[in-house]
Amino acid sequence: MSSYSDAINKYDPVLGLETHVELSTKSKMFCGCATDFGAEPNTQTCPTCLGLPGSLPVANKIGIESTIRIGLALNCTIATYSRFARKNYFYPDMPKDFQTSQYDEPLCSNGYLDVLVDTEEGSKNFRVEIERVHLEEDTGKLTHAGGATGRIHGANYSLVDYNRAGIALVEIVTKPVPDTGEYAPLVAKAYVTELRDLLRGLGVSDVRMEEGSLRCDVNLSLTPKGSKTWGTRTETKNVNSLRSVERAIKSEIERQAIELNNGNTIKQETRHFQEDTGTTRSGRSKEVAEEYRYFPEPDLVPIAPDSKWIEELRSQLPEQPSIGRARLAKEWGFTDLEMRDVATLGAVDLIAETISFGASPSAARKWWAGELARKASEDGVDLTVLKISAKDIARIDVLVTEGKLTDKLARQVIEAILIGEGNPDEVIAKRNLAVVSDDSALLPAIKEAIEANPEAAAKIKEGKVQVVGVIVGAVMKKTGGSADAAKVRELVLKTLGS
Amino acid sequence: MSDLTKLSAFELSQQLQAGSVSAEEVTNAHLDRIEELDKKVQSFLHIDKTGALKQAKEVDSKRKEKQKLSKLAGVPLALKDVLTQKDVPTTCGSKILEGWLPPYDSTVVKNLKNAGIVILGKTNMDEFAMGSSTENSAYFSTKNPWDLTKIPGGSSGGSSAAVSAFFAPLSIGTDTGGSIRQPAAVTGIVGAKPTYGGVSRYGLVAFASSLDQAGPFARTVLDCAMLHEVMAGHDPKDSTSINQRVPDVVAAAQMQDVKGMKIGYIKELNGKGWQPGVINRFNESIELLKSMGAEVKEISLPHSIYALATYYLIAPSEASSNLARFDGMRYGLRVDDGNSSAEEVMNKTREKGFGKEVKRRIMIGTYALSSGYYDAYYAQAQKVRALIAQDLTDAFKEVDVLISPTSPTTAWGLGERVNDPMAMYLADLATLPPSLAGIPAMSVPIGLADEDKLPVGLQIIAPFMQDDRMYRVGGAVEASLKSKWNGLLIDQIPTLGGAS
Amino acid sequence: MSRITREEVANLARLARLDLAEAELDEYAKQLEIILESVAKVGEVATADVKPMSHATGLVNIFREDKVETSLDREEILKSAPATEDFRFRVPRILDEE
Repeated sequence: MSSYSDAINKYDPVLGLETHVELSTKSKMFCGCATDFGAEPNTQTCPTCLGLPGSLPVANKIGIESTIRIGLALNCTIATYSRFARKNYFYPDMPKDFQTSQYDEPLCSNGYLDVLVDTEEGSKNFRVEIERVHLEEDTGKLTHAGGATGRIHGANYSLVDYNRAGIALVEIVTKPVPDTGEYAPLVAKAYVTELRDLLRGLGVSDVRMEEGSLRCDVNLSLTPKGSKTWGTRTETKNVNSLRSVERAIKSEIERQAIELNNGNTIKQETRHFQEDTGTTRSGRSKEVAEEYRYFPEPDLVPIAPDSKWIEELRSQLPEQPSIGRARLAKEWGFTDLEMRDVATLGAVDLIAETISFGASPSAARKWWAGELARKASEDGVDLTVLKISAKDIARIDVLVTEGKLTDKLARQVIEAILIGEGNPDEVIAKRNLAVVSDDSALLPAIKEAIEANPEAAAKIKEGKVQVVGVIVGAVMKKTGGSADAAKVRELVLKTLGS
Repeated sequence: MSDLTKLSAFELSQQLQAGSVSAEEVTNAHLDRIEELDKKVQSFLHIDKTGALKQAKEVDSKRKEKQKLSKLAGVPLALKDVLTQKDVPTTCGSKILEGWLPPYDSTVVKNLKNAGIVILGKTNMDEFAMGSSTENSAYFSTKNPWDLTKIPGGSSGGSSAAVSAFFAPLSIGTDTGGSIRQPAAVTGIVGAKPTYGGVSRYGLVAFASSLDQAGPFARTVLDCAMLHEVMAGHDPKDSTSINQRVPDVVAAAQMQDVKGMKIGYIKELNGKGWQPGVINRFNESIELLKSMGAEVKEISLPHSIYALATYYLIAPSEASSNLARFDGMRYGLRVDDGNSSAEEVMNKTREKGFGKEVKRRIMIGTYALSSGYYDAYYAQAQKVRALIAQDLTDAFKEVDVLISPTSPTTAWGLGERVNDPMAMYLADLATLPPSLAGIPAMSVPIGLADEDKLPVGLQIIAPFMQDDRMYRVGGAVEASLKSKWNGLLIDQIPTLGGAS
Repeated sequence: MSRITREEVANLARLARLDLAEAELDEYAKQLEIILESVAKVGEVATADVKPMSHATGLVNIFREDKVETSLDREEILKSAPATEDFRFRVPRILDEE
């Protein structure tokens, strides 16, 4: 028995997720600075997002509308009166030493998101209830310097880039999710996947976990089976890929179960997920409780959405991802199971994009859910992180269809793209990978193969054409698989006058 | 005293427009007087001679080219050191901002520059505008030009002293709980706190965001109104800025007529413990207004007795958050022995960079916002604030404006109250209710107290965005007293010495 | 109202990032007690149905369009910094994780 099934046999996990989404507004939430990812340090800053003395915030309308749209898509109630609040704590990445956020008056509350998970009894629906959706601002980015590890511990000093400070950040908080049993890690992963697709469908965020525009904190507690009271929960931060969501919950279930089995209590604390080991480690425990001294932000006036505005935003919502997927499955000719696989992998949008670049649906699925999913899993990353685009895959598919690449060659092209050798055509040129169907290039190899297999050649000449495979095989081996087999066959027969 | 420094902004403006004097001459006259006499008064933290003369010359050359100029183009002004001016030191009277050069202009400064008003320099103030005497400045105390052993009021004491000492005809202060009106009263000049949201707060270094408001000081009601008009107006950079036409304060200041106006004097703000000389002058102004045809009656604001407690919870709470950013990480002072963590550096920087009163208020605010005390202190104060504002709304159903003495006493002696914070806080008693309600109020001089021969101010309070009403009453009171005194009250100020 | 102890002052100072000297703890304990006792007077007012007033103007829904405006020149903002490196603000080592 694994420690995981042991844990699940004794305890019921209760999970909760806090997801931070960076909105893709053109300008920051409270000032006009640009939000481009990867810009030169501190070039996207102004008095307001640097918190300079005297500066004031003005709320970005699209930021507010995006938050309301997220709330509507998550079946939330939209507040008729909502205020920003200041969350007061000191930290060098926060220019004002308070974060403009929302406290007891979030824009949206009480919603839900349904997710499907494959269980032993087949596909099962889990309803994840949403506590609140609120709007706040992001912090600056710290780089730790002078230490050996580049981590905060052991660093001699840190450097701050405030380009990210003030970018609109939406926080989506679930209610505690009980009764998921052994499927807790899968439910969490399905929730984040579904949420990501929903946000992308809304067009409110890039939702790139690898760039930090979608970030997850995972809360988890264990309840002994049969007990009614929930255990003490931990909050795990830094869970920044779909795969990590699943792994973090699994490992935290195992860790807490061991603690409880040993008669220890669970400490209410913040933990950090470590990608390399797949486990969580304890954060520096705070000797005193947090005291954020929230109060209504006097520099920003209340938001009071009227029903006309809300209904207008509601009417602009795209279809729900699950409905969208059913439509796409039909359109693409995928079975329900195929579609669910693709969704679990987070590949729906990638496939759609690949198809838009001219690939066939089945080929797009074959590559993303096959070769590339395997690669991503090997590297322990999400599909979207792979350094290959939908456009590349579409091009490869076209080349295969035209007979210019074999499947085997296509896999080599993909390998090369993933390690940064360029686009498909560049890789083919550089590595000389195109299918050889040119007579003059093939004839020497054919001649050599015939000479090496005199018996087979003789039989072919006698009309026993079925033996041709021996020589074709030899030619293919000689050319490293880059030859067009049909063409080789035709040339061998022609050469032997059969 | 050179003639040019004796003139009002209005008079200077007329001479400048007529071409009988240049902006450069006007600026030099004021700079000379400052150079000669400010060592006695100590109203300026920073004198920007180069910048001021450059601005003046620009105005002169524009005038020569017959470009359209505003009425106040070429008139000099002193700016409270709490408003940012690009590349000019802005310290807020604090060591923690020593050496900081703001990379941007506040909207107020932008408006001044657009109007061609010449900024002579930055004036002293209580650190981060916390105080009523300017003794909380981290640099030095400013003296009251009427009596150099007395305080000039606060927190905008540098600005009130500069105008009453004839260093500038105009200055700008900020008022959170009375920091324009009380200094105006104790230095015998005019000072106005516009409606909250009437003047942009962008670039005003925040003390208490829901209360702070910049406003004008001048020696006459008309000058004050002319500056008010330049400063005010909607600013999209300030979410709390009101997008309405600025009330016509200049026309109101010139009406000189209160016939038929209904005026209420506030029952709770005129009582026991107030200086008799203040009460005497106030009672006389009630009679004066009646004689001018106004209908005057007593009005009660029952919750105003809680204004002091309410204010000293809300303002420190907001301040504790507003002043968090001064942590030594991005600008200003950093106290670092090279061996400390960021947290330790923040602790040491703030300990060394802030003065006693600022630390005191930060801790009161931190206390009032803490989870165990929030409901009893901060949340309760916000509810009482609503009741105080409601009292005023109700009062304005009965009267057009309200009046009270601006301050319970005249200027007190330097050092007298520095070790008694509560006594200091009492100076704001009368100015707090309109601050909490966000409505406009101003102070105009109504004479000298019998016992100490120091100025007394009349506070005039008007409804939200009806700033013109207080200017109408203020202008009428001023005109009537001017004929009685054969001049302004400020003309009775003892000479500071120097050439005259 | 409760008395303010030295420990409470020390805790407030910690929250507010003020490295108070020992002597200051006693001084502030005394002064804060007097001030807090005085402001506690707000508790006398009946406020059961009163909506708290956080803003003075009554304005709601003030927004800006999502338009990019020119940022400050980087040199301008870094010139006032106590320490910089590689166009970033240099700050002392950080002990606490967020």
